[in-house]
Amino acid sequence: MTTKAAFKVGEKFFGSPAKRLKPGFISAAELSAEEIRYLLDAAKAFAGPVAKGETIPLLSGKTIVNLFFENSTRTRSSFEMATRRLGGAAMNFAASTSSVAKGETLIDTAKNLEAMKPHCLIVRHASAGSPYFLASQVDIPVVNAGDGFHEHPTQAMLDVFTMEEKLGTVKGKRVVILGDIAHSRVARSNIYLLKKMGASVAVCAPPTLLPPHPETFGVDFAYRPEELLPEADVVMALRVQLERQNRMQLPSIAEYSRFWGLNLERAKKLKKGAIILHPGPVNRGVELDTEVADGPDSVILDQVYFGVIVRMAILAHVVNPQGLKDWLKK
Amino acid sequence: MSLEKTPRQNILIQGGRVIDPSSKIDRPADVLILDGKIAAVDDPGKIPASKAQKVIDAKGCWVLPGLIDVHVHLREPGLEYKETIETGTRAAAAGGFTSVACMANTQPVNDSPYITAFIREKAKATASCRVFPIGAVTKGLKGEELAEIGGMIAEGAFALSDDGMPVMNSYLMRKAMDYAKAFGVPIISHAEDLNLVGQGVMNEGALSNELGLRGIPAAAEEILVAREVALSRLTKCPVHIAHISTREGLEHVRRAREDGLPVTAEASPHHLELTEEAVRGYNTNFKMAPALRSEKDVEALRKALSEGLIDVIATDHAPHALVDKAVEFDHAMNGIIGLQTAVPVTLSLVHQGIVSPARWVESLSRSPAKLLNLDLGTLKVGRPGDVTVLDPDAKWVLTDDQILSKSHNSPFLNWEMRGKIKATIVDGRQVF
Repeated sequence: MTTKAAFKVGEKFFGSPAKRLKPGFISAAELSAEEIRYLLDAAKAFAGPVAKGETIPLLSGKTIVNLFFENSTRTRSSFEMATRRLGGAAMNFAASTSSVAKGETLIDTAKNLEAMKPHCLIVRHASAGSPYFLASQVDIPVVNAGDGFHEHPTQAMLDVFTMEEKLGTVKGKRVVILGDIAHSRVARSNIYLLKKMGASVAVCAPPTLLPPHPETFGVDFAYRPEELLPEADVVMALRVQLERQNRMQLPSIAEYSRFWGLNLERAKKLKKGAIILHPGPVNRGVELDTEVADGPDSVILDQVYFGVIVRMAILAHVVNPQGLKDWLKK
Repeated sequence: MSLEKTPRQNILIQGGRVIDPSSKIDRPADVLILDGKIAAVDDPGKIPASKAQKVIDAKGCWVLPGLIDVHVHLREPGLEYKETIETGTRAAAAGGFTSVACMANTQPVNDSPYITAFIREKAKATASCRVFPIGAVTKGLKGEELAEIGGMIAEGAFALSDDGMPVMNSYLMRKAMDYAKAFGVPIISHAEDLNLVGQGVMNEGALSNELGLRGIPAAAEEILVAREVALSRLTKCPVHIAHISTREGLEHVRRAREDGLPVTAEASPHHLELTEEAVRGYNTNFKMAPALRSEKDVEALRKALSEGLIDVIATDHAPHALVDKAVEFDHAMNGIIGLQTAVPVTLSLVHQGIVSPARWVESLSRSPAKLLNLDLGTLKVGRPGDVTVLDPDAKWVLTDDQILSKSHNSPFLNWEMRGKIKATIVDGRQVF
């Protein structure tokens, strides 16, 4: 048996001795401002070659597995595209078409995939903490593509990248996140990243869709959007999870749209130059009206484009860190 | 070895410090067990060794009434892949317990005389300590109709509980309390409002926000503790609050006691030692119901134990196999094993000066005996010869290979312990 650090009963106990992360990308909360800067700059360096249709062969000969236990088209495609632009091979493993439906455990699935010798696992799972669990069980890097309500760090990276592209910097900017904050991994990862990069963050949701103690995130909050919109440089509308809603949290989707949806009238309250983000897919007419989603302030399609180059930077950094460093020096 | 196969001997325990709150004894003394009964407690050297077939040298040790755990899941019948009466009681004996009471959530549920009888028979044949079955309050723990309470008690059940599946229907709980009075047994309540628990998997607060796990507010416990207090006031039935975990819940127990109601409470070693911080890292051996709470709750629990507001320490020993635990945090089953670690983990409160030695011993012996109306938990002459000998200063580290339970889901793996069981004697038989 392995001997881990011994804890003394009666001494204050700080968390379990979870195996610390190997190379991987699981949580925005764990990133330093320097790491964030390095990855955003790397993504920016990829923009030129990618626009010219070039491949940057930092993952050539590498296989990256997309292990998705929840449905996703956008994020999975984005990772797949990022892998290919780096010369790597992407393999998709969707839980619904696999033996997971037959009751195979998470460990078994991961170990079986690992036995095929890929170079990285990209994981999406409905249970918070699953990527940590996987990382403790396999020896290859794990990238978190969304775990329960916990984090979606690559989404937040591309959001911050988009804000920087459009506003120059996020430092000192006011970012308002509007929607189901309680059940949002996108909100959590964005809060962590934005605060580290010097932005000021506020969240807005019906009280039933705010986390129980919103102040513990170190953000401002309001129950009604009218209070926050006039000061926003960025509004990020979150998807209302129609499938997850029940009438104990919200009387109806129509009522959500009426009081919290970003329609033209509310969008008029925004400052000139403010931008509107959405992690997609948009429920048109619910959290965003079509006129707003397709309007001049919307940067939703830019997010999708930047998502590929940001994920390229993250994958290259995780799978081939030295190669990325060397490439950036050139 | 099982109780039945262990020969009964006349045993003299020499040179130890005897702590028996039921007789207000705390002094150096020798203890003699003859024919399975406590025969004498006398000054050191007064009892001649010739009276005994076996002499246990207890120098540096505490000699205590046999310890009693009123909250154990032995998993038999039906869930033998997690634990059996044989393996669970072997762990109990190694942990210093001479008696355990086992919860009703077996498969089938212990909700009828036949299952109670089966547990008693199986315990007689295989157990290493005394086993007191707890019957279900409702059939199948479903919270819909009363279980066969009288029949179970006739077959040897000592208390009633739907532990793990709180009775949410207040009318039914009221009727259960009324009915239980005819048989003189307490009702043990796992006090959590299941609707408020929802899909929660840890304490609700800043940390559950951060970890992205659904939280369980302290109010879920507070509400049901308040209800049990109200129903005890209404029915006069003795109610015991299992594994209380919140400061708010405790305040309702305090009020009940001030009003003279027959309400008692227990705390588990993990709620007295660990906070929700342990959940960081998503290790499922820190997932249990009720959840680990905040530091202020742990402090309140410790104070309440020292004052006697919390009467009893009980482990809530809940064995789960790897297939139940080596999964996503959301999907992992609730509960941890505790029989072999309860003594050192809670003894640390004595070492730290938070709880007095006498109160600590009482909470593990006389108080649980009183709860179940047993003549145990005491070293009074003539009472059953159940004794636990403990070296309070021996240091050891809990390693995986020392665990005697079938399941190894301990949060205290690799922890450094202080306090080691030297001998466990049940009915004059040294089972450990």
